[in-house]
Amino acid sequence: MKRTLFNNRLLPWLLLAPQLAITFIFFLWPATQAIIQSFLRQDAFGLSTNFVGLANYRALMNSAQYMNSLQVTAVFAISVTVFSLLIALVMALAVDRMIRSARTYTTLLVWPYAVAPAVAGILWWFIFNPTIGILPYLLDMVGYNWNHLSSKRDAMTLVVVASVWKQISYNFLFFVAGLQAIPASLREAAAIDGAGPVRRFFDITFPLLSPTTFFLLVVNIVYAMFDTFAVIDATTQGGPAQATNILVYKVYFDGFIGQSMGSSSAQSVVLMAIVITLTVIQFRWIEKKVQY
Amino acid sequence: MIENRPFLNILAHLTLILGVAAVALPVWVAFVASTHPVSSLISGTVPLLPGPDLVKNYSRMLSSGVSTMGTPPVGLMMMNSLIMALAIAIGKIAISMTSAFAIVYFRFRFRMLAFWCIFITMMLPVEVRIVPTFKVVADLGMLNSYAGLSIPLIASATATFLFRQVFLTIPDELTEAARIDGAGPMKFFRDILLPLSRTNMAALFVILFIYGWNQYLWPLLITTDSSYYTIVAGIKRMADSVDGVPQWNLVMATAILAMLPPVLVVIFMQRLFVKGLVETEK
Amino acid sequence: MAQINLSGVGKVYAGGSRAVGNVDIDIQDGEFIVLVGPSGCGKSTLLRMVAGLESITEGEVRIAGRVVNEVEPADRDIAMVFQNYALYPHMTVRQNLAYGLKNRGTPRAEIDRRVAEVAQILQIGDYLDRKPRALSGGQRQRVAMGRAIVREPAAFLFDEPLSNLDAKLRATMRLEIKDLQRRLGTTSIYVTHDQLEAMTLADRLVVLNGGRIEQIGTPLDVYRKPASAFVAGFIGSPAMNLLPAHAVPHLPGSAHAGLVGIRPEDLKPSDSGQIAMQVRAIEELGVSRLVHGMVGDQLLTVSLSNQYPLGETLHLAAEPGAVHLFDAESGQRIEAH
Repeated sequence: MKRTLFNNRLLPWLLLAPQLAITFIFFLWPATQAIIQSFLRQDAFGLSTNFVGLANYRALMNSAQYMNSLQVTAVFAISVTVFSLLIALVMALAVDRMIRSARTYTTLLVWPYAVAPAVAGILWWFIFNPTIGILPYLLDMVGYNWNHLSSKRDAMTLVVVASVWKQISYNFLFFVAGLQAIPASLREAAAIDGAGPVRRFFDITFPLLSPTTFFLLVVNIVYAMFDTFAVIDATTQGGPAQATNILVYKVYFDGFIGQSMGSSSAQSVVLMAIVITLTVIQFRWIEKKVQY
Repeated sequence: MIENRPFLNILAHLTLILGVAAVALPVWVAFVASTHPVSSLISGTVPLLPGPDLVKNYSRMLSSGVSTMGTPPVGLMMMNSLIMALAIAIGKIAISMTSAFAIVYFRFRFRMLAFWCIFITMMLPVEVRIVPTFKVVADLGMLNSYAGLSIPLIASATATFLFRQVFLTIPDELTEAARIDGAGPMKFFRDILLPLSRTNMAALFVILFIYGWNQYLWPLLITTDSSYYTIVAGIKRMADSVDGVPQWNLVMATAILAMLPPVLVVIFMQRLFVKGLVETEK
Repeated sequence: MAQINLSGVGKVYAGGSRAVGNVDIDIQDGEFIVLVGPSGCGKSTLLRMVAGLESITEGEVRIAGRVVNEVEPADRDIAMVFQNYALYPHMTVRQNLAYGLKNRGTPRAEIDRRVAEVAQILQIGDYLDRKPRALSGGQRQRVAMGRAIVREPAAFLFDEPLSNLDAKLRATMRLEIKDLQRRLGTTSIYVTHDQLEAMTLADRLVVLNGGRIEQIGTPLDVYRKPASAFVAGFIGSPAMNLLPAHAVPHLPGSAHAGLVGIRPEDLKPSDSGQIAMQVRAIEELGVSRLVHGMVGDQLLTVSLSNQYPLGETLHLAAEPGAVHLFDAESGQRIEAH
């Protein structure tokens, strides 16, 4: 809190005006529209609109496709989160042992952060291309017939790999920062107490790293649920047979291509509820951290 | 490192080299593909070493593009991406700084309400309100324009909070000294706050430039006129048409060009990049 | 140059808590006034009210005859030196000095002339083009002073400007400030919690406690005739001994008072001394010794030149003029009859 303030009634509103205007026009108004629409239903010809209460939500809950999408999203988000965190943690621990080469390795590992998810999708789409891709060729040698155009599992693997590839750099940087924040004296004390490297990791490093890990857990779930839209759209487009149709992609598809406004709006509202929950969790955690 | 364990060191190096290689693999493959004539990519496996057509493929894409792919020359798309990324990064920084200034240095009615309005944008990513937002932009006549590409994306709770944090650490005495020195609020903002926030602005700029450049869904929706296509959104349109006539070499050349500017920014401004990344998540 | 008058000045915060109450001070043109008191006594708040950084909720502040209650700090014709110097970190020393003048639209040539003049007075000419980060604590202190001087204001306001310096530098800077103020003849208000700084700098001291004035007077007046037990205990080092009158029944006047005060240096060993003190501890100061002991159940400190063994009983006497009497209830001074 500032002790010294400026006295002016109009100026703060002028300063806030651009931000507030954009917030109202492009955020709050559309979000309100989505909420309102989720309670309405248009007839087949778009001639009349009726208030239908929770019917759109009930329809969602009874929709096998939506339930499938929820399940797909859960599998996708958990896989992306677990794999990208694990790989990043291993890399961070390895870099943490380095002295001279740490910076070089870091540079070589972080640049995928800058690659657009859509481009990441295209790159892996190409590598996994069933006819000319390198990986299907290698898999074929061990007897696996890769085809993400027909196999649900292959398609899911493809989008997970592309999403993880892009996210490792982010997690890696935060793990490195978290590791550097652990005082060397603690690990030295544990070493003097006779704990070997593996023991030290589980007894000292990992517990002290848990705030970072928790933070990344939330961020990665948000990433997997929302920012991977482009990965899906650039590769599988939800297929084959809905196998990679995650919630954000379904909202888009139903709203723009399927033109089913009521259902799409209800899905938007569900997604908003999910983001709000995740954001609240994240901020409560930050509050707790501040109190340390 | 506490005790010297050569085995662990070798293991760590091996892990890292493997990691670096895995991370680089798709880009290497893309690069190799982008240097071959299309004939070497139609059947069999992608070659592992660069081919002879590097200059040919890239100059073709940059200057004229491929008409059957439905996209303009990559050079134009990169220019569009640059304009969008700069507008988003600069716009976000500008309006977030003034907002944070108002929230930190003034007391006014409904201040908390304004604060929460900004905060809530964090919880409404474009993906979840995509249809109504598209409608608003269409109603405002902003489809197929640079304004439409950038303005709806420049509200930023994260950047506002970052600058709020920065301003809160600036000692009160500096404000008081400036007031005694006859500086009004805007003069104080320009002469004291702006220069003192320079590194934070630079760090944030790096992150926001990448964010802006990599936008996908939004430009895909609101641009139907190909002269406003951005490269990240355009490459998808290209890949779609590839299913008919696979010109992977040209698509991959475009992919390399699409990632080049932000990747170079990360590599050459690594310190600012890390600072920006860590700060915006606080 | 200007008079500054505070009449009935008080500060009540929005929450209702009171920081300062009913302060009257008339500061003469060219006078050096020091506001001194323990932390939380309201001295900084009072200074900030004069500066215009804190709103005045009661009473009036006048600078050169003009009521400034509603005047912006920049228009009060004052300059302030802050505890942490508050130099603009991104500007060079020269830009720091010039900033206030520039904002006032002072012509370029005039700014250059004044900056050069101040640089010469304060001997900071060698680092005019450095940033504050590259300066030592003492140099920063000088620049902060320079920023005040360059404005040629009607008054200087100092908010504990020396408290971030080490003891040796503090003593030097104290002298410099005093010397500079005398040369420039600018009315000054100086806030400190350090009674030594207050004594050495002030033309007149204002001792504050709990947001109220305890005493206003020259350093010597305040030292010799503290108006209350609080002032007696606060001004002077080592602090004055304050004993309940019943502990020293034989001293002159103690019958009328609740509290008796005697400075450690005013007690002398004497065979006929009526205060019997058992020595408990001795602090060696080089030039003298502080002898601590017990009189009954009361702690007493005496400044002596000789060495005494621990446990020995000393007989001490005080000059009648050196005994200060205070009312038990109000703490106010009682003049001996």
